[in-house]
Amino acid sequence: MEVRKPRIKSMKYEDFNDNEYIESMIRELRENGTNVVVGCLDEVIEQGRSNSLWPLTFATSCCGIEFMAVGAARYDFARFGFEVARASPRQADFIMVAGTITHKMAPVLKRLYDQMADPKYVIATGGCAISGGPFRKSYHVVDGVDKILPVDVYIPGCPPRPEAMLYGLMQLQRKVKVQRFFGGVNRQIGKEEYEELLRRDLTSEKNELNVEGESNHEQ
Amino acid sequence: MNNNLQAKITAWEPAAVWSDKGDGMFTVPAERFRDLAVRLRGEGFDFLRSLTGMDWGEEGFGVVYHLESTATGENVVLRTLTPERENPVLPSVCDLWKTAELNEREAFDFFGIRFLNHPDMRRLFLRDDWVGYPLRKDYDPSLNPLRMSNEVAKDSTASFELMPDGSVIRKRSVLFEEEEYVINIGPQHPATHGVLRFRVSLEGEIIRKLDAHCGYIHRGIEKMCEELTYPQTLALTDRLDYLGAAQNRHALCMCIEKGLGVEVPERVQYIRTIMDELQRIDSHLLFFSCLCMDMGALTAFFYGFRDREKVLDILEQTTGGRLIQTYNTIGGVQADIHPDFVRKTKEFIAYMRPKLREYHEVFTGNIIAQERLKGTGVLTREDAVSFGATGGTGRASGWACDVRKRHPYAAYDKVQFDEVLFTEGDCFARYMVRMREIEQSLHIIEQLIDNIPEGACQVKMKPVIRIPEGSYYAAVEGSRGEFGVFLESRGDKYPYRMKFRSTGLPLVACLETIARGTKIADLIAIGGTLDYVVPDIDR
Ligand code: SF4
Repeated sequence: MEVRKPRIKSMKYEDFNDNEYIESMIRELRENGTNVVVGCLDEVIEQGRSNSLWPLTFATSCCGIEFMAVGAARYDFARFGFEVARASPRQADFIMVAGTITHKMAPVLKRLYDQMADPKYVIATGGCAISGGPFRKSYHVVDGVDKILPVDVYIPGCPPRPEAMLYGLMQLQRKVKVQRFFGGVNRQIGKEEYEELLRRDLTSEKNELNVEGESNHEQ
Repeated sequence: MNNNLQAKITAWEPAAVWSDKGDGMFTVPAERFRDLAVRLRGEGFDFLRSLTGMDWGEEGFGVVYHLESTATGENVVLRTLTPERENPVLPSVCDLWKTAELNEREAFDFFGIRFLNHPDMRRLFLRDDWVGYPLRKDYDPSLNPLRMSNEVAKDSTASFELMPDGSVIRKRSVLFEEEEYVINIGPQHPATHGVLRFRVSLEGEIIRKLDAHCGYIHRGIEKMCEELTYPQTLALTDRLDYLGAAQNRHALCMCIEKGLGVEVPERVQYIRTIMDELQRIDSHLLFFSCLCMDMGALTAFFYGFRDREKVLDILEQTTGGRLIQTYNTIGGVQADIHPDFVRKTKEFIAYMRPKLREYHEVFTGNIIAQERLKGTGVLTREDAVSFGATGGTGRASGWACDVRKRHPYAAYDKVQFDEVLFTEGDCFARYMVRMREIEQSLHIIEQLIDNIPEGACQVKMKPVIRIPEGSYYAAVEGSRGEFGVFLESRGDKYPYRMKFRSTGLPLVACLETIARGTKIADLIAIGGTLDYVVPDIDR
């Protein structure tokens, strides 16, 4: 079956060097065929979504400075639709994990991710976010955010050059473009799990480990 | 250290034993240490440069103190230790030097050393439910798998006091009362410049108390260094304070070279100096951009970044890296400067000067900026010294703390430049110091760029580097203060202990003093002008 190539405005299809991957992804997604009406609607929606992805302002270390450079005067990712970085996870489409994630930060990052609205995406930027990078052997570093979040795009480098970041961001655009908004593939969790989450009262979950009893204080 | 001082200290405290290894230091028994510390403080040693927790194995746990007198410039290194391995206890000095407060918490966090009479013995970097003490030599990492449970912030803390019968009791003290209005800022907050977290107690808009939480980017670099050979350790320093990458690595190289007794060629000294200054300009431009952005002047942010790219271009052409250059090596630099380096740098100097005037037009003179910066967040000179808040922050409070002047290194003794000093100690002074320092940096580069001597850019080193037994300390003026490296070697190819004197930790320590009584909105301006880089605080 011939797949329709996902073309994005920012970069020519032929210039990407991993087109086999995206094509196989499309094949997988389209295995069950497409509903004609919803399929057309999908295309319109994906066009809009892929050209207006808003990142969450999130940076823990060095890679974050390069991420700022991508947003600033010379590289200016607003040209490609990553218009504004949002400070609130509720308003962001994707999170760019730029920097080392430590044990203490991991639950916070997970919480930020949980606060984002579906559909949401994760980009792992730099060696640290991908695998722990230079700090892989440390006692306090998570060796890869994919251990705690589902990652959509990896951008290697230490730090990746701004050009590499732009390339990674465009990969995300392509990925968004081939997904079907009505097909449910964007959702990172299944329907049952989603309903289960809705039922559960998250606020009532107490973390016993951290609550030190009063009795421990005086000796 | 001069013999005079050495004799004086021996007279004050006969139990102090002098050892010559490395830089040389006094070993003071724990029960006598407090008295000597009080004495030294009284004699004018008002600046605690660095406080390092240590695990000496059989000998026990201890602490190394680097002291300096700001009046005379004299330095002294002391250490004290306790053979107790189960429950090590040492006297606290945080009432003498305020910087010790966070540093002792760090030593408690890393080694489990409890400091008597320290008001707040909590962990500094790690989670409260962390098991064991990671920098102890017998630490077992499998005890601490990744915990995904959320941390609950505690409102109380503990302190330890010595009873007359020799036992130690634990006391509980309250950080925030039940009825206090406490809000949380960070760790994910655009104005904290990374992942720093504050808990602030408010009365209306006024800050009553501030409690800083660090460790969200604690990467355990010091422990990692103990398993790396010396050339390998270099790679990690660039990632500490990534806006002082060149300077950090310079400090570590200097420390290792000092241990080895290697003289680096003149050419290398010049190149390193120029690189350090370019890095400083880069950092200060980022400071300007971020401060403006935090205060709502987004246009200025773009101006700053536009010009910062020019510096990065120069750095990249020679070193291959924009942000992290990994350029200095032990005994030299990675590669010789690019043929275009001199020309480009000169072009940049010519380009930058008028741009600075533009900055002042866009931002400095702006009435809103002036109103928000002037008179807010005052840090006195005395506090700056006590907290060890070096760099632009210290100089804005009138403390001449520039390492380039205090302990000249590389080519700084060959150039003429002014140490920018202000006396107000407010946000505006901290801002102006950095803007003036850009001019001074340009001036320094100008004097060196045409006179880079010919010669090799790397001394031939042995394939395996071993540093003679002893401990060494070397410091440079980083982009935001004194960046020091303390290294203890046992003659192996790995360091026994490596400690980085963070430039940012003292800045966080003094934040509570500065911010108390100001409005919550001013915290943004204060944090912005203190200009800390969080991975450098957490290491
Ligand atoms: S990948 Fe490299 S540059 Fe990025 S955060 Fe990690 S150490 Fe820093």
